[in-house]
Amino acid sequence: MTVTVLLFASYADAVGSNSLSIELPTGATVDDVVRHVQGLPGAAKLPKEPLVAVNERYAKRSRAIAPGDEVAIIPPVAGG
Amino acid sequence: MRSAIVDGVIDVNALLRETASHANGATIVFVGTVRDVNDGRPVSGMEYTAYRGMAERELAAIVAEAAERFATSDIVVEHRIGVLALGEASVAIVVGHPHRGAAYDASRYLIEQLKQRVPIWKLEQYLDGTREWVGPTRAGGEEQGAGSPGRAGSEERGAGSPGRAGSEERGATSPGRAGGEEQGATSPGRAGSEERGTPA
Repeated sequence: MTVTVLLFASYADAVGSNSLSIELPTGATVDDVVRHVQGLPGAAKLPKEPLVAVNERYAKRSRAIAPGDEVAIIPPVAGG
Repeated sequence: MRSAIVDGVIDVNALLRETASHANGATIVFVGTVRDVNDGRPVSGMEYTAYRGMAERELAAIVAEAAERFATSDIVVEHRIGVLALGEASVAIVVGHPHRGAAYDASRYLIEQLKQRVPIWKLEQYLDGTREWVGPTRAGGEEQGAGSPGRAGSEERGAGSPGRAGSEERGATSPGRAGGEEQGATSPGRAGSEERGTPA
């Protein structure tokens, strides 16, 4: 299945892109998405356990991903 | 109540008009502005970016929580994104409430939750031409190590347990106590006389 992965701020800079389209087997979880991204060139700067949101809500690593889900890897937030 | 991520200048007076109600004895305005120095480095400006959809959703959730917790619907929060100059407002929070204690508490709750949960980032631009992503700040506004992103997840924290920004932590500002004591300590007989005229 195809999953959209969004990257922001320092993570987007590190990987050199703010949006990826990745292929994952059915039944994949947030954890699989994170590990896939961590394998990309430049991704060594990402923390081991970054915050992740699925379809705009914070999600746990064990959360199952459905086709078409939007998975965002969220750097430490700094609004205000 | 209303919240928004905006691209243009925040009009604080418009937010005040929006929250105005004869039921309110107190209205607290918090405005966050771009500061000229961070960590000892001279700053020339700031660029804010957001995961916009989620930022809007999370901000709306925080406002709804505050409305319930502090029993007022007269809350407006706007956070601006884009390139901001020194002194410009990046965020404005207006809370109206019958009483000032709860209005202060709600205002504090809103900014602390916003800083912990809303996916917004800032790219600080320094006078020497370099740029750097800014790490998160602590509840009190001090710098915090970048290695503690875990508490931002609203899933880990239910709406009823907002972590560090909880009202228990701010016993000093609880209504009925902070007002009287503080005024007495600074200039007895004068300070707060205006406020005492309100039903707060």
